[in-house]
Amino acid sequence: MVENRPILNVVTHLVLILGVAIVALPIWITFVAATHEETRMLQAPLPLLPGGYFFENFTKTFFGSGLSGSESAPVWRMLLNSMFMALMIAIGKIAISLISAFAIVYFKFPFRMGFFWMIFITLMLPVEVRILPTFEVVADLGLLNSYWGLSIPLIASATATFMFRQVFLTIPDEMLESARIDGAKPLQFFWDILIPLSRTNIAALFVILFIYGWNQYLWPLLITTDTDMTTIVMSIKQMLEAAEQSPQWNIIMMTALLAMLPPVFVVVAMQKLFVKGLTETDK
Amino acid sequence: MASIVLKDLVKDYGKVEVLHHVAGQFEDGEFIVIVGPSGCGKSTLLRMIAGLETVSGGEIYIGDKMVNKLEPADRDIAMVFQNYALYPHMSVRQNMAYGLKLRKLPKEEINKRVEEAAEILEIKDYLDRKPRQLSGGQRQRVAMGRAIVRDPQVFLFDEPLSNLDAKLRVQMRLEIRKLQRRLGVTSIYVTHDQVEAMTLGDRLMVLNGGYVEQFGTPIELYDRPASVFVAGFIGSPAMNFMKAKINSGKIKLPNGTILNSNTQLSADITLGIRPEHVVADAKGALELEVEMFEQLGANTLVHGKLKDSDEPFVASMPGHVSEEPGTLMKFSIAPEALHMFDAKTGKRLEP
Repeated sequence: MVENRPILNVVTHLVLILGVAIVALPIWITFVAATHEETRMLQAPLPLLPGGYFFENFTKTFFGSGLSGSESAPVWRMLLNSMFMALMIAIGKIAISLISAFAIVYFKFPFRMGFFWMIFITLMLPVEVRILPTFEVVADLGLLNSYWGLSIPLIASATATFMFRQVFLTIPDEMLESARIDGAKPLQFFWDILIPLSRTNIAALFVILFIYGWNQYLWPLLITTDTDMTTIVMSIKQMLEAAEQSPQWNIIMMTALLAMLPPVFVVVAMQKLFVKGLTETDK
Repeated sequence: MASIVLKDLVKDYGKVEVLHHVAGQFEDGEFIVIVGPSGCGKSTLLRMIAGLETVSGGEIYIGDKMVNKLEPADRDIAMVFQNYALYPHMSVRQNMAYGLKLRKLPKEEINKRVEEAAEILEIKDYLDRKPRQLSGGQRQRVAMGRAIVRDPQVFLFDEPLSNLDAKLRVQMRLEIRKLQRRLGVTSIYVTHDQVEAMTLGDRLMVLNGGYVEQFGTPIELYDRPASVFVAGFIGSPAMNFMKAKINSGKIKLPNGTILNSNTQLSADITLGIRPEHVVADAKGALELEVEMFEQLGANTLVHGKLKDSDEPFVASMPGHVSEEPGTLMKFSIAPEALHMFDAKTGKRLEP
């Protein structure tokens, strides 16, 4: 639609700018808060312009033990924990879903559709619903306070299995037949044809699942008691509730800022593939 | 190189039998075309030979090996699919080399074969492109290249030209034929296009509803079609058919016209006359009320009805002809050019 209405132009821009401001303001405040002294953040008019303590706060947060007077791990350790967990969840989910979708689409076995629907039904059961029995199992396996305990209960994904099933269904049968005539064994077909063809979908899913893993809050909170195993998202909340202290906003906000960076980095790095994976239908 | 023998081949899906006791022997180096309307089972037959469909009954031999239970890869065949089925994420070179790589051929050998095939097919310039960067005709060549590099005993083609435009189809048709002559590989080609079938095949197998109607050279099929179905399927424009009675060799058409035949039969028949076999003749017995002309340049198709009846009739005449619609034109026809089929069974009646 090409229209030439100056007033409309101004109005649309105003609306858009307002929208951006609403989204960006909290992030700006976070940034500003991370650049001031602890005491400044407790005084009445909150600063709206950055102060001069960015690097000081950064070193204190990143390498120091975070909040003064607390026993928590340094933020680099939390970042590392979160990173491990998110990566294990994202990669594990993708690997398992790819294999199960491959089995469901390309192999004939008894109760094939039964299995598919069983997987599908678990879509309706998020972690929160099954959290007690899952905790019980993980505790019995002795996986509390470990990366395995953090990631394995979250690693099966009905959504991803379902999505890869749909992707595989769009690949023409001739591709399989052609590969069979070429002499490809099932796993060679899987590696050489299916995986490269679902590359963009894998990337898109990786972005979504990485953020899903990174943002896990309830589960890590339950199973990690050791400060060395805390993840960054849950620790922000814990920092706020540190007993008998006024919150140290500069440190907390710096931590929040650092917690935002990896997901942003993943999205930016994979943006092109991500968009392709969500929109591309041509095989 | 190998001959192929089909023995009493049956395919059924549960209770529905789609191929009924197909038999045939394809000689070494022959170009066989399996032709028929859609749904006649021709692709199923090809896929059974390829090993992509299981065999419900009967036996398939490639060379002297019974291949019923062999995996497609172990049958020493190569197949060209209708939609080419190129791997979209691999370059042309990788597409052609993939099968060889899986067979663990040494790298130099693979390279040599790919280069040779690319040379033959004139696709050397595209070796490093992806399939989506190629036109339909080029993809077609790559698909054939993928078949050639494998140096198989048998080529299988599943309607490989139906996705191309008309002009390219004619050109590729010739190239496939030349290539097959040059390589001398036994080939089976499935198509629903009778012109393609006639021009390509050493021998044609006409399938209809899962039955083999006739199996022979294109000329045999044209000159002596075994049934009304084959007669109507082979040849363009299609043969004219009409119900008629024959009495001691005299054929009486629905409108009362009497034609002479070279037989002494007496029966109810379906009479077949090819449009190109009638000759304009002022003394001819066949009278046609003209309705329309189709000018094709080299020849003219005359559409009309037999005089005093509703029987449609098409005649093909050389050169340019033009008359007013409604004119009466007379034609004669040689007795040898009449095809007679049993009115009930549709089978050919021999003089």
